[in-house]
Amino acid sequence: MTDWRFHLAQQRGTLTALGIFIAMFVFYVANHPAGFTANVVQTVANKGVLLALVAMAQTLVVLTSGIDLSVGMIFILCNCVASYVVSGSAVAATLGIAGVIALGALCGAINAMIVIFGRLQPIVTTIATGAVYFGIALWIRPFPGSSPEFNSDIADALTGKIFDVVPTSLVVLLGVVVLVWLPFQGSVIGRAVYAVGSSEQAAYMSGMPVRRAKFAAYVLGGMLAASGGLFLTFFTYSGEASLANGNTYTLYSIAAVVLGGVSLFGGRGSAIGAIFGALAFRAIGDLLFVFDVEPLWQPLFQGLVLLLAVSIGSARLFQVRNRLELFT
Amino acid sequence: MLEATTALNARRRDWRQRIDVPVATAFGCIVLLLVLGSFYSSNFLSPQYLLQQLKVGAFLGIIATGMMLVILLGQIDLSVPWTVTLGAMMASAAAAHGAVGEAMAIPVGIACGLLIGLVNGVGVAYLRIPSMIITLAVNAVAQGLMVAYTGGFAPGDSASAAMRYLAAGTILGVPNAAIMWLVTGVLAVFLLNRTTFGRAIYGIGNKETAAYLSGVPTQRVVMIAFALSGGLAAFGGVLLAGYAGKAAQSMGDAYLLPSIAAVVLGGTSILGGRGSYLGTIAGVILITLLQSILSVMQIAEFGRQIIYGVIIVAMLLLYGREKIVR
Repeated sequence: MTDWRFHLAQQRGTLTALGIFIAMFVFYVANHPAGFTANVVQTVANKGVLLALVAMAQTLVVLTSGIDLSVGMIFILCNCVASYVVSGSAVAATLGIAGVIALGALCGAINAMIVIFGRLQPIVTTIATGAVYFGIALWIRPFPGSSPEFNSDIADALTGKIFDVVPTSLVVLLGVVVLVWLPFQGSVIGRAVYAVGSSEQAAYMSGMPVRRAKFAAYVLGGMLAASGGLFLTFFTYSGEASLANGNTYTLYSIAAVVLGGVSLFGGRGSAIGAIFGALAFRAIGDLLFVFDVEPLWQPLFQGLVLLLAVSIGSARLFQVRNRLELFT
Repeated sequence: MLEATTALNARRRDWRQRIDVPVATAFGCIVLLLVLGSFYSSNFLSPQYLLQQLKVGAFLGIIATGMMLVILLGQIDLSVPWTVTLGAMMASAAAAHGAVGEAMAIPVGIACGLLIGLVNGVGVAYLRIPSMIITLAVNAVAQGLMVAYTGGFAPGDSASAAMRYLAAGTILGVPNAAIMWLVTGVLAVFLLNRTTFGRAIYGIGNKETAAYLSGVPTQRVVMIAFALSGGLAAFGGVLLAGYAGKAAQSMGDAYLLPSIAAVVLGGTSILGGRGSYLGTIAGVILITLLQSILSVMQIAEFGRQIIYGVIIVAMLLLYGREKIVR
């Protein structure tokens, strides 16, 4: 009978993130001069989807109780590569898109190999590989720009609106959730990812495919970061090897993951929560814009809201009955 | 005869135990780098060049000292970039207020850093927020404060004379910055090895529950360690401002990843509880030399990034591997 309560408790993080996002979005639209129109939604969606994809990538790695500090650099590298290969005819551009996704998978696979077989800590590994990925991005794209035959038709199609109402980018994001995340979460490998995050030793003892689970998490993460990089290319029509952008996306992805109720200790949370976390985090910036806050004060407010948001988690302290529970 | 062999064996084992493999490897790599560099140009072995490297490395060394305290706890401090900048800007700002300000510039800078670190520490120790996320948020707040304070431009104030002297002056040919690092290092070694506070840091890094049950005030220790990390980062920023003459936006960005890398290359476990300050010194020198040699060889920025990343992974594969989970 109390089944639903169990399910609800399991999804608490995701639902909290959804609540925060809806509250912010309603507040935003209500105060937006243009109101709730397709264009407003499209702008919000396009900005949010970039971070949402990178945050999903981060979620997969965080679920294995790792962290991927190279996720922003994979994003930037794929953005730079995409600015070259998404060009020419529709077929060639589509092949280029597939190539970029494969490149993301390769980056994730390199991280996974070093973490699994090199047995280095994910945080240090990805700092180092992130430098390598950024170096390659800078190599192929020393100055911002794009290939002369950049296929802007595909870019426009994927960043526009379907039937002039629904933003295509949101549909793509939904497609990724339905076709990639949900099947993955339910599969043996997906369950193993959660198990590894909870306790690697217990997962190993139970005969879970520990190595394959970790590998899958990093590779899928790389592919999602690559999709983010593709979308950045579609929005800007160009590639730019910007160190600041890469770092920002890495850090924001961690923030989005935490806002989305994914535990940094691994094994708990959902990529869907991370999506809402990302959208909510973007909404913070938009709110400040709508309320016409002095631009100079915006970073401070964004920081304070972030600080407040991450402090919400410490409400669990009120439930602690034994001081020893603090340390777990 | 038998006793003599046993004694010899015991001594040999003792000798082997004392050698710290990561630290020895890191120092070996430093020598290797210098030898390889000297094939390129004999200047790499000249005292002037080496002293210059010590001076440049001192800023990273001081910042990495704070980072090491936090990493030994099994935590991480991602607020370093803007704590460095904040320390530099606040010190320069204080220096603009006449003679009193000139004298108070360095303490003010460090105090602001301590305050930032204290916020991190309260968040991690008492509110139990994962350090990776609270320091990230505090970094954003520090950035917001500085952007609002400077108006988005480089501040007009410049470093005080004392700051310039500490960062760029020399005593008997030895750069003052290196002496500052030496003093910081000696204090850190004393703190880590000869005080209960230092031993508590190692204990908490191994298992906080066990340290707590052994009577260590773990929350206070964690909070103070974070405050020290913030203070040291700000001190590094103060010196950097003295070196450059004035504070600048995003001057701290270049110190976050190298400081983590330096600590880890020195054999400190990122999971906490294991590591020596000697290793951190080796790590800092290694990274400084690497950056310097790559730039002297006029390798383009992209090449430097790639080589930098590959070398960190390669070195850690040599000695930084975790035990296999079974």
